Order: sequence, then C-alpha cells, then structure tokens
Amino acid sequence: MPYLWFLVILVGLVWAQSYVNLALPDYTSKIVNHGIVGKNIDAIWSNGTQMLLLTFLGGLCAIGVGFIAARISTGYTRRLREAVFTKVEGFSLDEFNKFSSSSLVTRSTNDMQQIQNVISMVLRIAFLAPFMGVGSIIKAHQMAPSMSWIVIIAIGVMMSMIIVLFMVAIPKFTIIQKLVDTLSLQTREMLTGVRVIRAYNKDDYQQKKFNTTNKQSTDLNMFVNRLMMLMQPLMTLVMGLSAVAVIWVGSYQISSGNLQVGNLLALMQYVSQTIMAFLMISIVFIMVPRAAVSGKRIGEILNTKPSIVDPEKASHLPEAAVGLVEFKNVSFGYQGSEQMVLENISFEAKPGQTTAIIGGTSSGKSTILNLIPRLYDVSGGMITIDGVNIKDIPQTELHAKIGYVPQKASLFSGTIKSNIIYGNPEASDDHIERAISIAQASEFINGLPKKLNSPVSESGSNLSGGQKQRLSIARALLKKPQIYLFDDSFSALDFKTDAALRSALKKETANETFIIVAQRISTIMQADKIIVVDEGKIVGMGRHDELLKSTPEYREIAESQLSASELLEEA
Amino acid sequence: MDRRPRVMGFRGGPPGAGGIVEKPKHFKKTMITIIGYLRPFWWQISLVAICAIISTIFAIVSPKILGNMTDEIIKGFIGHKGINFGAIEHIGFWLIGLYILSSAFSYIQAWMMTTISQKVTFALRRDISAKISRLPLSYFDKHENGDIISRVTNDIETISQNLNQSMTQLMTSLIMIVGILVMMITISWQMTLIAVLVLPVSMAFVSLIVKQSQRFYTRQQAALGEIDGHIDEMFSNHVIVKTFNGEKRSIHRFNDINHKLHDSGWKAQFLSGLMMPIMQLISNFGYVSVAVVGGWLAINGKISIGDIQAFIQYMNQFTQPISQTANIVNILQATAAAGERVFGFLAEKEESSEEDATVLPRAVKGEVLFDDVSFGYSKDHPVIKHFNAHISPKQNVAIVGPTGAGKTTLVNLLMRFYDIHSGSIKIDGVDIAKMKRQDVRRLFGMVLQDTWLFQGTIAENIAYGKTNATHEEVAAAARAAHVDHFINTLPDGYDTIISDTADTISAGEKQLLTIARAVLADAPMLILDEATSSVDTRTEALIQSAMDKLSHGRTSFVIAHRLSTIKSADTILVIRDGNIVEQGKHLDLLKSGGYYSELYNSQFSS
Repeated sequence: MPYLWFLVILVGLVWAQSYVNLALPDYTSKIVNHGIVGKNIDAIWSNGTQMLLLTFLGGLCAIGVGFIAARISTGYTRRLREAVFTKVEGFSLDEFNKFSSSSLVTRSTNDMQQIQNVISMVLRIAFLAPFMGVGSIIKAHQMAPSMSWIVIIAIGVMMSMIIVLFMVAIPKFTIIQKLVDTLSLQTREMLTGVRVIRAYNKDDYQQKKFNTTNKQSTDLNMFVNRLMMLMQPLMTLVMGLSAVAVIWVGSYQISSGNLQVGNLLALMQYVSQTIMAFLMISIVFIMVPRAAVSGKRIGEILNTKPSIVDPEKASHLPEAAVGLVEFKNVSFGYQGSEQMVLENISFEAKPGQTTAIIGGTSSGKSTILNLIPRLYDVSGGMITIDGVNIKDIPQTELHAKIGYVPQKASLFSGTIKSNIIYGNPEASDDHIERAISIAQASEFINGLPKKLNSPVSESGSNLSGGQKQRLSIARALLKKPQIYLFDDSFSALDFKTDAALRSALKKETANETFIIVAQRISTIMQADKIIVVDEGKIVGMGRHDELLKSTPEYREIAESQLSASELLEEA
Repeated sequence: MDRRPRVMGFRGGPPGAGGIVEKPKHFKKTMITIIGYLRPFWWQISLVAICAIISTIFAIVSPKILGNMTDEIIKGFIGHKGINFGAIEHIGFWLIGLYILSSAFSYIQAWMMTTISQKVTFALRRDISAKISRLPLSYFDKHENGDIISRVTNDIETISQNLNQSMTQLMTSLIMIVGILVMMITISWQMTLIAVLVLPVSMAFVSLIVKQSQRFYTRQQAALGEIDGHIDEMFSNHVIVKTFNGEKRSIHRFNDINHKLHDSGWKAQFLSGLMMPIMQLISNFGYVSVAVVGGWLAINGKISIGDIQAFIQYMNQFTQPISQTANIVNILQATAAAGERVFGFLAEKEESSEEDATVLPRAVKGEVLFDDVSFGYSKDHPVIKHFNAHISPKQNVAIVGPTGAGKTTLVNLLMRFYDIHSGSIKIDGVDIAKMKRQDVRRLFGMVLQDTWLFQGTIAENIAYGKTNATHEEVAAAARAAHVDHFINTLPDGYDTIISDTADTISAGEKQLLTIARAVLADAPMLILDEATSSVDTRTEALIQSAMDKLSHGRTSFVIAHRLSTIKSADTILVIRDGNIVEQGKHLDLLKSGGYYSELYNSQFSS
C-alpha cells in the first residue's frame, strides 16, 4: 500500500474541508441574528471576515484533496497499466486464446481508464459526502431538534427516487448498448456486403432490417430518456418543498421562542447540503459496481500464470549450432481440450534442406510450426534443436535462431524500413537491400514515392496482401536465423512471384533449415522432404514422386490442383 | 475507429471540465440543415418553448415568495404581535403549488424534447442507411467502413444528445439570466451591482484554469491514443513480438508513453479540480459582501430580511445558467462538427438516375458483347482501353492474371457496379447502360472469393436471392452446393445463426454457402471467383464440383486460378495491370508466346 500516507493526509484534509463547509451556515445565522436583526454592522463585518477566512482554508483543503486524488488515481493506474502490459507480453498463445486478443486490448485500455476515473471520483466524493451528509444532519438536529424529520424525509424521498429510477433504467442501458452494437453490425454488413446486396437487389430488404433495429433503439432510448429526465424536476421539487417546509414549520418554532430567525437560513442550507451529499453517495454506489467489473477483468489478467516460461536452469545451444530440428514423438492438445491436435509426430529437418508440410485445413500442419518457437508447448514428446530440448533454452536465445513468417502477415505501423529491421535493428543498408531483393519486394518498394521510408499504416492496411507477405519474409531474412519457418507464407503471391522468390531463397540460403507449410502443391513439389499430415498424424513422408505413389492423401491433394498430364510431366 | 467499443463519455475526464471540441468548418450551413430536420416538429418545439418559459418563470419567482414568507415571520417576531400563521399558510400553499407546477412543466418540456430528438435520430439513421444503397461503389472503395459506421453510431448519438440538451438549455438559461437579474434589481440595485461584479472575476479565473487544463487534456488525449494504439498493435501482433524478441522494446516504449500519460493526466485532473474550490471561494466572497451591504440596507429599513434571503438564493442560482450558456458554444460546435460529418455523407454524389431505362426481353440467352469498352477508376487513369470481345451464349470465360491485376474490374463492369466511360456492354443486344441496374444484376449469379454472409440463419442466407423459397428448395440448393451434409452436422441445422465474422464456419464452408445462394437465385449468367489457398484441398474439390455443376449451361465468367478451368475455357481473358492484354484459347495463347505463356511457364518451373 504505497499510498497509505497519501490516504491518511487525504482523509484529514477532507475532514477539514467538511468541517469548514458545515461551519459556514453558522456564520450566516450569526450575521442575520446579531447583525441584521440586532442592527449591528460590526457583527456583520467580523463574522463576514471570519467566514471568508474559513472559506479560504476550506478552499486550500479542497485543492489539497484534488492534488492527492489526481496523484493517487493516475499513479495507481500507471503502475497497474504497466503491470498488466508486462504480464501480457509474457503470455503464450494459450493465454491469448483464453482471453482473445481484442478482449486483452479492451481490458488494458477501456477497463483501465474506467478504474482511474472511479478512483479519482471516489477519493474526492466517497469521504466527503458521508462527512457532509451526517454532519449536516447533526448540525440541523442541534439547531432545531424538532425539525430533523424534514431532513430525514427529504433524504428518504431522494434516495428511493434514485434507487427506483436506476433499478428500472440500468437493465435497459445494457439492452441499449446491445442495440447500438447491432446497429453498427448491420451498417457494417451493408458496407462489406455492398456488392452482394446489389447483385441480389436486396437494398430494400437490408434497409427494412436496419430500420427495425433503428426503431427498437429509438423506442428504448425514448423510454429511458423520459425516465431519466424525471431526475432533475423531481430534485428541484424536493429541494423547493423542503425549503418551504423549513420556513413553514420554523415559523411555529420561532413563535414559541425555540428558534432564531437567522437559523432558518442556516437550516435551509443544511437541508440542501444533506440532499446533495446523499445524491453524491448514490452516484458512488452506481459507479463502483461498474468499476468493480473492470477491476475483476484486469485482475483475471494479473492472476493468470503464463504457461510458457524460461527454464530455471537454462542450457545453451552449442557454439557450432547448425539448426537441426528434430521432433521426437511429439503430441499436442490445446489447454483444457481433451482432443489431441497432433499425435506421434517424429521427423527431422536438416540444415540446407527444405522440409515441407502439407495437409487439409485443421490437419494440424500450422500447429507443428508453432511448436518450434514455443508459441505453444508440446503436450508429450520433445523437440530438439541441435540435440538440445527447446524447453531448456531461454526463449530469447531460441527465438534468435528462428525466422518465422506467419500465415497472416502482420506488420507494425511505421515505415517499410522499420518493419523490415524489426528483428535486427542494427542491420546495414546492404543487408536490407539484399533481403528485399530476395523477398521480391524491391520492385514495389522502389515504385513507392518514399521508397524504404514509405509509411506503413496500422496492421499494414495500406499494402496489399502480397506486399505484406513479401515484407514479412524480408523481415525474417534480415534476422539471419538458422531456421526458417514459413507458414503458408506465399499464399497471397501469384505463381510467378512465388516461383521467383523460392528460387532466390534457395540460392541465398544454402546452409539454413527450411520448414514450409503450404497449401499449393507447386510451392512444395521441389522440397527435399514432404510431410503429409492428416488429422494430426503423419500419413506420409518423402519426395513428391514417391508420395504420389505411396500416399493416397497426397495424391488426392495433387490431383485436385494439377491435371493428370501435369502430374506426369512433373513426375 | 471501429475495432473495439469505446465506453462513451469516459475518455475525456470530467464533462465540462475538459474534452477537446472539434471545430466545424461550415457552422452556419450545418446548423441550418439540422434545423431543417426539426421543421416537421415546429409546433411541438413551440410547446417545448412555452413549457420551458412557464417552468422557468415559476422557478424565478419562488425565492421571492419564500422571502415574503420569512418576512411574514419577522414582521410578527419584531413587531411582537405574534406571527400571522394564516398568511404563512396562504403563502406556503401558493409556493407548494408553484414548485409542483414548475416541475411538471419542466418535465413535460423534457419529455417532448426527448421525443423530438429521438425521432430526428431515427430519421438521420434511416436516411444514412438509404444513402448507402444509392452511393456508387467507387465511394466505398475510397472510404473506410469504420468511418461510415462511426457516423451512424457516434456522430448521430452526439447530435441527438446535444439537441436534447442544448435546445432547452439555451432557452431556459437565457430566461433564467434575464429573470434573475430583474428580480435582483427589484430587490436592490446596490446588491445586484456587487453580484454582477463578482461574475467577471470568477469567469476570468475559470477561463484561466480551463486554458491551462485544456493544454494538459490535449496532451493526455494524445498520450491515451498513443498508448491504446501501442497496446492494440502489440497484442494483435503478439506472435511477431515474441518470435522476433521484441518484448523488451515493446515494454520500454510502453513505459515511455505511460510516463507521458501519467504526467499529463494528473496535471489535467488536478487543474480542472481547482475550478470548484476557487469558484466557491469567489462566490462566498460575493455572499459576504452581499450580506454586509444587505445588512446595512436592512438596518436602514430599505429592504427586508426575506429579501436578503431571496437575494442569496438568486445569487446561488445565477452562476449555473451562465456557465451553461458559456458551455453551449462548445456543445453547438460539437453538434455542428458531428452534423457536418453526417450531412457530408448524405450529400455525396449518388448513382445516375435510371428513369428512362429499357426493359430486357424475358428469356435471356446470355450473349455478351464488349464493344470498344474503355474504363478507369479515375478519369485520367484508364485501366481498360478499347476492349472488344464477343461471348456467345453458354460459353465459359476464364479471366486470368497475376494478383492485384484488376481481375475484379471486369466483374464490376458486367454487374454495372461501375459505369464505363465509353463504348458499350450489350447483353442479348441491349446496352446495359440503358437498363435498370436491378435488372442487369438480376441476370447474374455471383460467387465471390470474398464471401459475404449476413447475420441470420443459414436458411435465410441461402434464400437471400429468393426470399419466398420453400425449405425444400433451400435444401436442394444446399445439396447441389455440397454443403447439405455440413449444415446437418450443426446443432440447429438450417436454423443455425451465422454472421459474416462468425468463426464457427470455415472460409471454404462459407464459400459453399454462397454457391448454394447462387444456385437458388438461378440467374441465366454467372460470375465465379475460384478459391485460392485459404481453402483446404478437399473443400476446394467440393467447391470446384459445385461450381462446375452451376456453370453448366450458363454463360459464365470465372476468375480462374486452376489450370484445368483455364484449359477448358471457351475464351481466356488475360489481364495485366488492369488491362486486358490478350484473349483467346489456351493453346492459341501459348503458341503466340505472349504474356500468357510467360505466366503459364513460370508456374511450374522452378
């Protein structure tokens, strides 16, 4: 609790602030009683100056409270934000799947901000309001015990009004949020589907659908707004009526000599202060549960242990490592799932050779690749690099060995250059040029107005799929790893570029280990070893021509992509 | 913009204290358009105004009457005649009546204004969705979806909320200011002078603080945007960050931004928090001065204590309408800025009208003629120049070319998603430019690789082109598209709800569903986009067989990736850089040794 002292000071300041606020009406009544009724200007002056002095002190306290609240709320959120971010950066894909990446983002942004706002508000209000509320009731009671019931009734009416309104309205807010989501979903549908909608002449249908939701949202909003609009007039009414009640009832008290005229004014102020205090308290009660939800969501992140961590006693790869990858009877299943995605996978990928993996969707071929950089950990068996179990190597060292090109080419906002040098920030210009030319990206980069320094927008949305893939290949090349992992990384390239890239790669990188996952037969036909995966098991291993004969699954894939004559030609 | 929901109103700090207001470019023009939307409600708005005036006037007179009540007490108290409880009762009932009436009118006014602003919101949303269907496709190519969606949700929301708030506030605040001033002056001009003098002082302080805190709010907002962007980018590229050992750099950069955010954040919050205590100090200063002057006047018998009490109440009420009026400028600007984006969208140029369109003969044979067609997405960059081709009924046309060469351009022209610049495209001898767009599109069944399904049941999606289809017809289409089996494995079968972003069905299955949709639509001509690598090979075989079945006996245009399709096509159109560079049959094109043969040979020689 690093903010304990801050909090103690805060409570002290708040106490002083409310003491001042509660004392002020006393001076009002003194000014009236002694000054005006007693026709004594000096009494007005002296009480007035004291009042000003007190106000000044109260103001200083309030400023202090504001300062501490600002420091605590932003400071706390800063540390929390940092803790969450650092934690998430250490997550493996298992944790990412558990939370989903977009939910992790909302938790570290929206939820975080929510918490900061609520902390700041609670620090300012949560102590002050009860002090003020209870203090005002006591003061009013001391001044005119027989009139306390006015305060109690006013508070009762206010509170029950707020509770009823929010009980009715809050569930509707959730529905409204859902309707807003539906509206934007349907708009998105109209936009992404514009070609299909027009092809099928369904504009009217889409609009009718949209306007049904539109109507629902309008009606519900109307209802909730009409309800919430009650607050303001009802509040003024309660305030006004309690003022009338104070003077009305007060007149009898004054008549019987139990009360002085000036105290009427003070009483009116106490009543309105109490009402405001309880209003603030109810706002806190509405806000805190919302923040609690955010807090819980953030807590879930912080309480998650990353499943993939560095070994306590690390082994290192030998000096003369060559990048020999071996799968030894590897099996794999996702966390919490009983079904195995991979079973009994054993193979060797040798340096200087291309090992290709092919198979249908959800056959598990990409998963095999993901296991090598430990994006997931094997459930059984072992993967070694140059004989060392990858679980025993520090992740940084392991990742430095690997050049991974994912299926979905993901780029960062920045420039083309900043993206390419991501894995090797110190790379020389020569190296960059080489990597680009191997990746077949020179032509399009040089065609851009600012060449290498051309901007890349968020997730590379200003580039085509093929361009992104080539940049992501160049990025891996520049790292100069010993092991290359290509996860269907040529899919967005046309045949011609695909072929040119592969032949350039072959020339430039003779000693490295290549492991390629692909869907296109033509991409992998020339591989030194092709592994055919079906439903998580290896069903065939060998060269193209061997597999055509031995493995029906491979033959099926090949036939669907090439005509019989081509198969023969190539075989 | 649209990548994740933003919690409304929780980003800019306390409302009124900060927040950055976007400045509109054409304030007046936009306001006039907004007022145009309000015109149908003119009599409701007049009623709103009347209610607002009545409720405000009642609110203004009540402190004075409350003061009379106090005076009544004091009269009896000082004069030692005893308090006239009859008079107090009389005033008391009057006041209760006034408060109730004032609240009632203020609620009626709020009720009506909500109704109006919600109806305007509905109309704006309706108009935008109708507008989407009238815009040419080129508009969507150039604009981001997220931007349009945020106009439908955020901008319209801003307009509706501000209309609701500012319309009545503007009216009531002005009446309040004038009314309170009048009441104050009738009590005492000397005291009014003090009260009015306090105002500019407190306003000056407020604007000083706002100016300072605004600076930090802007910085905080920028840092927030930066940190959100960084988080989003790092989390969505987690695999790359990990495998390229980027975690340390990422955390380092995060801490830098976080530091900036913290620094500007606490300063913005602290400075805006100064406002309340300072204003309170100033108003207390005014209060004491009024008490002194009032006391002096009361001692001299110029005014009564009830008057002082009323005056103090007026003073407390005075600041609120003034700061509201000051804030209204901001609100109006925000409204205009949002309005500008909404109306800017509504004013975009629409597709040409088609009033004198000709009707196509009933039985379409499917003969297509490209006659000297030229086209470009922008006027000065023609991508198709003087293109001619004749496609006989029931022929298969393969469209071939490298990625991004513009193969979809031809599709766009055939479907009349775009209008050509010169020349003509004729179907069965009728120029499609002279037909209704709807009629042109009815002639084609379309299966694109970029599959699109809407949120609804599978059956609804398949029956998209034929809404009144029976369940039997839907199932038959699904069988023809080889997707019947898959649908039956789903727990709810044909009633399973799917959406475009649904992860429950794979890309290949989505494509099969769109084929089923085309099967059921049963159009005389076809546009097909062959699957590439995102689909596994078995599903691809299914898709192929379904497409072959579908295209049999129809004129079909196929964006081809597979050799077998290309080889068996009646005509191949070779596209390069958006231009049709060659056309003919497979063997002829190979022989001619042009771009096609280059393309073909590169595929299988490495």
